[in-house]
Amino acid sequence: MTATPSDEVAAPVVVHCRDLCKKFGSMTAVADLSFDIQPSTCFGLLGPNGAGKTTTLRMLLGQSPRSGGILEVFGEDIDHGRRQIRQRTGVVPQADNLDPDFTVKENLSMYGSYFRLDPKVLNQRIPGLLEMVELLPRADDRISTLSGGMKRRLTLARALVNDPQLLVLDEPTTGLDPQARHMIWSLIHQMKRAGKTVLLTTHYMEEAERLCDELIVIDEGSLLAQGSPSELIRRYCESDVLEIRGAVGEIRIETLPEHWRTEKAGESLYIYADDAQALVDFSQNLADMVCLHRRAGLEDVFLRLTGRALRG
Amino acid sequence: MNTVTPPRLRLESLAVWRRNALVWRRLMTASLLLHFGEPLLYLLGIGYGLGRFVGEIDGMPYFNFLASGFIAWSAMNVASMESMWSVYTRMVPQQTYEAILATPAEVDDIVIGELLWCGSKSLVSGSAILAVAAVLGAVNDWSALLVIPVIFLTGVCFAAPGLIVTATARAYEYFNFYMTLIMTPMFIMCGVFYPVSSLPGPVQSVVQLLPLTHAVDIIRPIVVGQPVMDLGWHLGVLALFGLVTTWIATVLFRRRLVK
Repeated sequence: MTATPSDEVAAPVVVHCRDLCKKFGSMTAVADLSFDIQPSTCFGLLGPNGAGKTTTLRMLLGQSPRSGGILEVFGEDIDHGRRQIRQRTGVVPQADNLDPDFTVKENLSMYGSYFRLDPKVLNQRIPGLLEMVELLPRADDRISTLSGGMKRRLTLARALVNDPQLLVLDEPTTGLDPQARHMIWSLIHQMKRAGKTVLLTTHYMEEAERLCDELIVIDEGSLLAQGSPSELIRRYCESDVLEIRGAVGEIRIETLPEHWRTEKAGESLYIYADDAQALVDFSQNLADMVCLHRRAGLEDVFLRLTGRALRG
Repeated sequence: MNTVTPPRLRLESLAVWRRNALVWRRLMTASLLLHFGEPLLYLLGIGYGLGRFVGEIDGMPYFNFLASGFIAWSAMNVASMESMWSVYTRMVPQQTYEAILATPAEVDDIVIGELLWCGSKSLVSGSAILAVAAVLGAVNDWSALLVIPVIFLTGVCFAAPGLIVTATARAYEYFNFYMTLIMTPMFIMCGVFYPVSSLPGPVQSVVQLLPLTHAVDIIRPIVVGQPVMDLGWHLGVLALFGLVTTWIATVLFRRRLVK
């Protein structure tokens, strides 16, 4: 559902931000960022390291005062309503900050106490949350005995302790094995089905493609692109890619068709084109090289928009 | 948010207090050993050993003089250590405050909750020393129990400057400066071991400005059952010191945690 000014009452956006800015001294971390997040959707915030993703999330939670612009969550200005906003928001931060002095179960009840939730409500809710993230058998274990994946799952359960309407996930699957990652993905789908709004940052484009209804790509604090994953792929990339590895220096790029786009990265050559068959035919002639033909994905869009240079 | 307004009092600060209290309950034995066992050994060793040569000071046996001084010192020491090492641990390596700040609790709640907690910890250790002093005959009357709220106040007053140091600290080593340059001189000069009146005149005037002197001047007479001289003045100085340092600590913590 798209919110036009006339139906804003019917479907108020969860996050509304216009020309949002953040400066640290003379350094601009976020510049003129504008986006809206619709209810019950998963919204992706993508960008290389240092692009301003975490700063944006921190501003959204009122943990970092903005330098300029409009920022409203649940229709409330973040400066005035941040406590009410956080009451309705769950957060999975990038770095683990579970409380090492408590057990798995106690981490949830302690966190709930910061929301001033009724202990009775918490005691009813906590077993269900632990069951959902498959940590019920570990309820009385100390945090130090958990694996990285278990800690992430517990952090996700902790973010749900206040039954939030908005879930903010800052790289929730970084460093996880595929099993744990798939479990987190299915939990995020479950959250969406339950009507919660999800704001996600990730470096995994496959993850963003699977989960996000809409996403923005930012770099150096500025918006580069916005749309659904499939829209972005259509808009910013040809449909097919041929990845060639080996003696790619022998391929004379100037002899390739003009509408083919090429990109060289180290020992690899990437050829982007809309004509899949032509790419496959071309690859038949490259006997000594390793060729991989595939559909273009969000990762290709991301690299095209943000470049291949390494970030700090 | 990053303003210089006075700290706001909210119920969330009690959740921060409760968190620390629950952790402490789990590690109680080790904590008591440090904050209670150590002063006890000093007290027995110096109080009885040295007391034999000193005899009486200010109309009381040296053991009583020292025991009542130690209650004040312990309140300062326990609150300072908690507000520096423990708070820094929660703030930096454990990122506990980062987690708390994603909930409706705010920086002010963390500062106030930690202050209340430091005061509570002082209260436990000071009361434990009071109990030992009573068993060993240094306390004459039940009225000594009136000292308990003063111990709490003393703890809070010394936790606030500790929080100021923590808010600006980049590593644990930073606290050694404060301990050596501020805490140890107060421990030695503010009337814990001997009356301030025995110091040279100019030094006395400086020592009269230090908060521990005022804490000792209230706590000692209450413990040994003597009338407290200038109670309002001493309480006033302590309270003013505590309020000003709490305000500064709150402003510095807002700058440190919300940026």
